Amino acid sequence: MNLRRVGVLIVWLGCVAFAAVVVARARYITDLSGFLPAHPTPTQQLLVDQLRDGPASRLILIAIEQGDAASRARLSIGVVQRLRKDPAFAGVNNGEAVAGQRDREFLFQHRYLLSEAVDAGRFTAAGLSAAVRETIDNLASPAGLLFKSLLPRDPTGELLNIIDQLARSPTPQSRDGVWVSSDGNRALAVAQTAANGSDSDAQSRAIDAIRAAFAAAAAELPQSAADKPQLRLSGPGVFAVVARAKIERAAVRLSIASSILVVTLLLVVYRSPSALGLGLLPVATGALVGVAAVALGFGAVHGITLGFGITLIGESVDYSIYFFIQSRQARADGAAGGSWQQRWWPTIRLGMLTSVCGFASLLPSGFPGLKQLGLYSISGLIAAAFVTRFILPALLPPNLWVRDVTPLGRRVAGLLQAVQGFGRAAILSCGAALAMLALAVLYFDRETFWNRELSALSPVSTEEQVYDAKLRADLGAADVRDLVIVSGPDLESILRNAERAAHALEALVDEKVIGGFESPANYLPSMATQERRRSSLPGAADLRANLKQAIEGLPLRADSLQPFLEDAEATRHAALVTPRDLAGTSLSSGFDALILHQKDRWNALLPLRSATAGADIDLGKVAAALEDSQVEDSRALDLKQESDALYGSYLAEAIHFSLAGFLALTVLLLIALRSPLRVARVLAPLVLAVVTVAAGLAIAGVHLSILHLVGMLLIVAVGSNYALFFDRQANADEGSNQALTLASLVIANASTVIGFGLLSFSQVPVLVALGTTVAPGTFLALLFAAIGFRGAESAHA
Amino acid sequence: MLRFLSLALLCILSATGNAARAATAGAGDLDQVMGLLAMRQHGRVEFIEQHFLAVLKRPIESSGELRYDAPDRLEKRTLKPRAETLVLTGGVLTVERAHSRRAMDLHAYPQVLPFVESIRATLAGDRGALERVFRLEFAGSVSRWTLTLAPLESKVKQSVSQVRIEGAGDQLLKVEIRQPDGDRSLMTLRASTLP
Repeated sequence: MNLRRVGVLIVWLGCVAFAAVVVARARYITDLSGFLPAHPTPTQQLLVDQLRDGPASRLILIAIEQGDAASRARLSIGVVQRLRKDPAFAGVNNGEAVAGQRDREFLFQHRYLLSEAVDAGRFTAAGLSAAVRETIDNLASPAGLLFKSLLPRDPTGELLNIIDQLARSPTPQSRDGVWVSSDGNRALAVAQTAANGSDSDAQSRAIDAIRAAFAAAAAELPQSAADKPQLRLSGPGVFAVVARAKIERAAVRLSIASSILVVTLLLVVYRSPSALGLGLLPVATGALVGVAAVALGFGAVHGITLGFGITLIGESVDYSIYFFIQSRQARADGAAGGSWQQRWWPTIRLGMLTSVCGFASLLPSGFPGLKQLGLYSISGLIAAAFVTRFILPALLPPNLWVRDVTPLGRRVAGLLQAVQGFGRAAILSCGAALAMLALAVLYFDRETFWNRELSALSPVSTEEQVYDAKLRADLGAADVRDLVIVSGPDLESILRNAERAAHALEALVDEKVIGGFESPANYLPSMATQERRRSSLPGAADLRANLKQAIEGLPLRADSLQPFLEDAEATRHAALVTPRDLAGTSLSSGFDALILHQKDRWNALLPLRSATAGADIDLGKVAAALEDSQVEDSRALDLKQESDALYGSYLAEAIHFSLAGFLALTVLLLIALRSPLRVARVLAPLVLAVVTVAAGLAIAGVHLSILHLVGMLLIVAVGSNYALFFDRQANADEGSNQALTLASLVIANASTVIGFGLLSFSQVPVLVALGTTVAPGTFLALLFAAIGFRGAESAHA
Repeated sequence: MLRFLSLALLCILSATGNAARAATAGAGDLDQVMGLLAMRQHGRVEFIEQHFLAVLKRPIESSGELRYDAPDRLEKRTLKPRAETLVLTGGVLTVERAHSRRAMDLHAYPQVLPFVESIRATLAGDRGALERVFRLEFAGSVSRWTLTLAPLESKVKQSVSQVRIEGAGDQLLKVEIRQPDGDRSLMTLRASTLP
């Protein structure tokens, strides 16, 4: 072993060691944030913050199903009792009267500050008279009777007013004392974690705590074994944890499965364990360098990126396959034929460079996830190619002979021969017809060809999303879609603005533009409003006089209302209500869910309900109403539309960049091959493979996502190697090893199809998208390239 | 509706005719009354209700209509002094007023339960349901009876000390609800003349 080889090996080992350290110390993230924009506008930032850390992201929806209603209710109570003691949860609610009791005490204590009915005229003689009359009328109803004992303290019925005020936001149905779904078949509860929704580890622990509480509560239940109640959880945190587990599981399982299959394939081909071991070096180095490059370039590695470790097997295993089979040939041919480095490396290098061109088109993308994929693939491919070029020859033992695969090549060539029997014109017109057909399919499908919804990338299954929506509807925690956002520098300013916005929105409710809305100010009015209400309470002597006048002719004794006078006087001297006072009540989570605090900005969220279920809200009218009432710093947003628009813009951007990448690749080939005809013959099979696969997916009813686009890039990247080998053969007069080259391509393609084919069976939509695009695509690329070049050759012959 | 009216008429007639026999009462009569009540699928009567409350110097009066559909739907439509509709179905009480609508789960409000469940279960002839919440005492005869209900549970006792229902055959005539603080309400029922 000469000095130069030792030097190369030391450099390689040093790089691998460095990459290993970087990989070991890298931060890995698993949420969807990799697919959210890197440089967001304020609105987009709000969207991202809301998704990642917003209070809504901390909600875990708890459903108890099956079993009978009574045991579901008992379980619900048991679970909630346990979780209330757990500091990991900021709040837990299942509608039990216990929480109601605490809420009522809070509302009653602060009734004169919280009731919307309290205005300047409320405590004049006329105002009092009207209010007390109404309270007396209410006593005739059992619901009013609930408040009978409160009459001496609350003759104006403010508590009932506040409860009506809050009842405007939808509340879940109750049965057996706990919340249930609208069909009554599920007991429901809501837990809010103390940790952020994006903290997947904390979310995972919270989920475990809920399961443990359920198991403990279930153990106390006298159970018939048959129909045991089951626990089911949903919500953003649960999704994140499930998605992480799914991606990890899929990445690990599929990597193992495809490794086993590819290793078996290579063992059968090489019949040499040491060749196999050496052959995996480019893949392993490439994956390691790829992850390290991403970690260095981005600070954190997205879980999905790791899942693509498998994609590298696709191309870099090919390199070692070419190396072993071709270097065997080179040695068999002897020195006269030239070394492998001289004969084949330039072709592989060109193939690698075309792939790099393709993947480079991902780098300028606005999606950090796509940028990562691009960098990962480029650095991984370059590393794998260099290991193949410099390390494998250095390590290759002189006595290592892999099996001669020429017979396989001959057999494949024989099959191709049959196709060539049809003649060049027939083959070309068949290709043209296929291309026309595929383009026609794509043309007719152009409206729905791309899936422009962000949910296309979500690892959460449609079934789980539907279930989540159902629970939310039952809980009245409707999926926040249309909302008004009011921003400002502090809490007080946004609460004041939210109150102004509420005035504008109330008019829209009357006009049936919207069905209703929520506002944090419903739970906690601004200090200004509270102050105004407090100052509407007259001094003790005035209030006494007003009351005396007000109840003249009413069947009430003035002396029985002494507690009211005392409470009113106490409120005049009491402090105003702050968010801290809300703690411990169920109102707290309602309030928190509608407030989003960013670094130096506060936002109040006012979710809108449509006037009729399922109907769209005219946000233009909402925005106009807000403007008319001069609500500062307010916006009306359709969150789904915003996030889809965001995704759509990145999809469009990715398509443009991919086309640019394809153009760059064409230029590269023109420079390398110096013949437009040769370039056309290299690219034609690739383009045909891509459009055929795209048409096939369209026919199968699949709407393409951004990951399908990545898959198409991979088809071009991997397929360009095939086409370039055929091109080299057609132009290098090497008749002797045509069969051998064909065999190496078939084996390389088999390993790619195995690796990506397995992805199609995963549960993660992004991996399925890749698998179903690349596996058939690369196979078709090989087939078209083989038929195309051989067809052309046979015409020459 | 015709059948219901004629049945009511028959009951009132037989009630006056058989007043003398009303003294001897027993469990058999209670079961018979319950059986009669259980047979009825629908009912519709007018009510006038008076509330005698200590906080008020004089009673307040409300009136409206009661509708019943077997086995568990009871609707109380109050027209005066303030329009309000109470609907009890499947243990959930919905209160509807001019601008608001609220559902209350009776399990969560045990203090409201006796006000509606006493009437609903009696109309349904559901002795089991009554006995889950109350201790029953029957007096009189099938043709003219008095059913006195005393709550069993302490939570329920806090709001209601006794419900007294007077009836004739499968007709309810009066429902008096007494509260532990001395307040009471008296509901008088008669065949509906409302459209």
